[in-house]
Amino acid sequence: MAKDFLLEVGVEEIPDWMIPDGLAALTEAVRPLLPEGEILWSEATPRRLALRAHGVAQREADRVELVQGPAKGAPEAAVAGFAKKQGVEVSALEVRTIGRAEKYVYEKQIPGRSTQELLAEGLPKAILGIPWPKTMLWPAKGGARFIRPIRWILCLLGEDVVPFTVNGIAAGNETWGHRQLGKIHVPVTIASYEAKLRENFVLLRAAERRAKIVAELPAGVKADAALLETLTYITEYPTAITGSFAEEYLQLPAEVLVTVMRYHQKYFSVEKQAGQLAPQFVAVMNTASDPEGLVRHGNERVLRARFNDARFFYEVDQQKPLASRVEALKNVTFQAQLGSYWEKTQRVVALTKELGGGPDAVRAAELAKTDLTTEMVKEFTELQGIVGGIYARAQGEAEGVAQAIYDHYRPNSMEDAIPATAAGQLLSLADKVDTLRGCFRIGLIPSGSKDPFALRRAAQGIVRILAEGELKLGLGQLAGEDRKLHEFLLDRVGYYFQEIRGYAYDEVKAVLAAGSDDLPDVEARLAAVKAIRSSENFEALAAGFKRIRKILDGDFDPAGQHIDESLLEAGPEQELYAQLRRVKAAVAGTSYGERLALMATLRTAVDAFFDKVLVNAPDPRVRANRLTLLFDLKAEFSGIADFSEIVPKAQENLTS
Amino acid sequence: MKTYQEMILRLKSYWAERGAIIQEPYDVEVGAGTMCPETFLRVLGPKPYRVAYVQPSRRPADGRYGENPNRLYKHQQLQVILKPTPDDVLEQYLGSLEAIGIDLKKHDIKFEEDNWESPTLGAWGIGWQVMLDGMEITQFTYFQQCGGVDLELIPAEITYGLERLCAFLQDRESVYDIAWTPEFAYAEVRLTEEQQHSVFNFEMADVGTLWKLFELHEGECQRLINLYHQEHKQDEALRQRFPVLPTYDQVLKCSNLFNLLDARGAISVTERVGVIARVRKLAVGVAQMWVDQQFTVHQETVQKPEEVVA
Repeated sequence: MAKDFLLEVGVEEIPDWMIPDGLAALTEAVRPLLPEGEILWSEATPRRLALRAHGVAQREADRVELVQGPAKGAPEAAVAGFAKKQGVEVSALEVRTIGRAEKYVYEKQIPGRSTQELLAEGLPKAILGIPWPKTMLWPAKGGARFIRPIRWILCLLGEDVVPFTVNGIAAGNETWGHRQLGKIHVPVTIASYEAKLRENFVLLRAAERRAKIVAELPAGVKADAALLETLTYITEYPTAITGSFAEEYLQLPAEVLVTVMRYHQKYFSVEKQAGQLAPQFVAVMNTASDPEGLVRHGNERVLRARFNDARFFYEVDQQKPLASRVEALKNVTFQAQLGSYWEKTQRVVALTKELGGGPDAVRAAELAKTDLTTEMVKEFTELQGIVGGIYARAQGEAEGVAQAIYDHYRPNSMEDAIPATAAGQLLSLADKVDTLRGCFRIGLIPSGSKDPFALRRAAQGIVRILAEGELKLGLGQLAGEDRKLHEFLLDRVGYYFQEIRGYAYDEVKAVLAAGSDDLPDVEARLAAVKAIRSSENFEALAAGFKRIRKILDGDFDPAGQHIDESLLEAGPEQELYAQLRRVKAAVAGTSYGERLALMATLRTAVDAFFDKVLVNAPDPRVRANRLTLLFDLKAEFSGIADFSEIVPKAQENLTS
Repeated sequence: MKTYQEMILRLKSYWAERGAIIQEPYDVEVGAGTMCPETFLRVLGPKPYRVAYVQPSRRPADGRYGENPNRLYKHQQLQVILKPTPDDVLEQYLGSLEAIGIDLKKHDIKFEEDNWESPTLGAWGIGWQVMLDGMEITQFTYFQQCGGVDLELIPAEITYGLERLCAFLQDRESVYDIAWTPEFAYAEVRLTEEQQHSVFNFEMADVGTLWKLFELHEGECQRLINLYHQEHKQDEALRQRFPVLPTYDQVLKCSNLFNLLDARGAISVTERVGVIARVRKLAVGVAQMWVDQQFTVHQETVQKPEEVVA
């Protein structure tokens, strides 16, 4: 009879951001231990990873393993030895054809184990095998490694406890409630488990905790999915409360207030109207209520102290304007081999000028890093750049300068916007290019998951600024002489157009192979290729190009070759030549899309040529002439994209 | 309302009731309770230990001339080491909060990931900052490594920030307003000390002298470490009486002088890494020496290989 199954691993508070992945890994590891079972759900809170299954068979199915023995013609002793090893008579063996040989084989019956046994043996491994990002050893040398100590295990198959231990903790039939509000050692059955948890102030389901928080948020709370996720997984019984702070703190920069609330205190900020903060915050408690207002009072007190600190930093910082902090950057190391931020500043200023930056961009480059010496940034490092921008504005720098400084770390992520102004885009670009050039020069090149200087992010930022911004700069110019850096940037270009812009792998490869260096132009070509590639003519033509490339890959040297019309054979060869001339004449001044459409009209002529004409003609002059014709054809259109890189749909289906 | 000292006495007796030795503060300047030999050296090796002590902790750069309501040059920590960690350690810890009058059913407690690492001590652990109504009141760490040595029995380290905990209990905006006793406020006991040390740390400490002292203590420490390895380790009698603990005091001196130099602005960011590495080298040297002296049975003293064969 099929059985239900329940597992709960009770752990001391797991870091919120690791919980979903940890739970998923546990679920996958447990799945094979449940013959015929179906996992109904898996859920987690900071203190427990749980999963439930039904329809679990009591035993694994029996199976047969074919054990291969000696060849048919082997000496009798060898055959007897094989049988003996299998614990059977020779008569129990069969001869079968395995591949090309005939062999003695034995069909070994392997009885399925009981599910209890399978689970008891497999679960400790499944649990301890969860690949946490950082683990600890406990309770002593020779103990286990896990994210935090495991404190209880609940494991039931039907009504029975599955007998196993993990690092000295025996599985049982008890769960534990909420730390402050629930009971400990609560016996449960599979049926009563969730209700018992609820009685003990644990909302097991993440969706329910998330929904409870959302329902309790007051109007004006700015949506913040990442914070909501953190709070969902840092609580077992979340309850939102709203607190307030004195209006006077609203005079501090909103970015500082929001950072304190959002990142230091995990509060939602509240807006009166779009872009205008209200003197309120929402904290999410891990408890059911705050009837006496003690929690609200405590949180308000903490926030006040934090805001007071920020105000103190702001006032101290204003005593020394950014412009007089440039020298102090000599004492701030950028990277041991790449010198101080003062030296970096000199390089970025020079590069900004070289890339055509105007006065705003150059001034911004001079001041961009000075906020690293402010008390505010020392306290709130995540606000670097932003603080510089705010201070520059307050200290009377031009708006264009202030905005460029404010934006110059952007984009910080794929979702983040690129700098708003051309000056900001140029400064951001110059800063990142300097970092990349320097790091590549001293060999700090990212490999695998190792990228301590976040160079991939910097390169991705460069690509996005070039592709989405208003600067007219080529990738090659930024990479300079460094070939590895150029490849690194190209790799990011590929990533950007595929993963972010949604072009197909072969489309991106084809366009990049044509050697365009200007990213808005690359995108225009991609759009044209994508639009036309589904047409029947174009797909076939792409296949033709692949063939042409193969033919030309031989020892043909196009240098100094011209088509001799007199050598062209009447029929498909002359026809292709005529068509090529027609299309060549028509493409001048047309868009990429129009050119590709014209090109697709060549399909019939190309097909007929390959069908009827022998490229490898006996007469070397005819042969060279034909190769030159193909070369011209390819050269004419490879300017947009190298179509031999395009994988025809039919072929794609085969390989995928 | 509990006074500051009542709170401390209550916490001490709570941990005493749970088998901890109540130690007194260490008498060499330290930046944190972790640096005291009662933690740094006791967590090494296989011997169980339980200890609790208040440790005044000096952080010269955090001084604010007594003007900032929450930042102090010298604050007090209650340091608890439970080695090995009892299974109900978090329940015991929460019990200590109830013991000082915090009704946990009326407050919000969260354990937020915060892994501790001390580059100067070659030590790290995994743990949380404990948040009480949004305020960090405790650092909780399962030590994993100390002085570059992997630990044998994993201890729990519980470090309470006493001033902020008391400010919470008494609902004070400034630590200086905390009632130390019914008659004396924290400011009356400590404000002058904060002011004068800030003046010294930020303005008057002589950089040349600090460097000289740093190098003297560093030299003395390294000399002792070398002596141990080159001569005393080989002779069982000399090995057992070697002054490892006084050698460790030299590390603490260096660490405090480093902090003073740092507050004085005498260490550039570039130099910083190098100086930290110098102190770590000493700390690691002493930790290894301690493990060798206290927990390692040297081969020669048991049986010589020839005797085994015979």
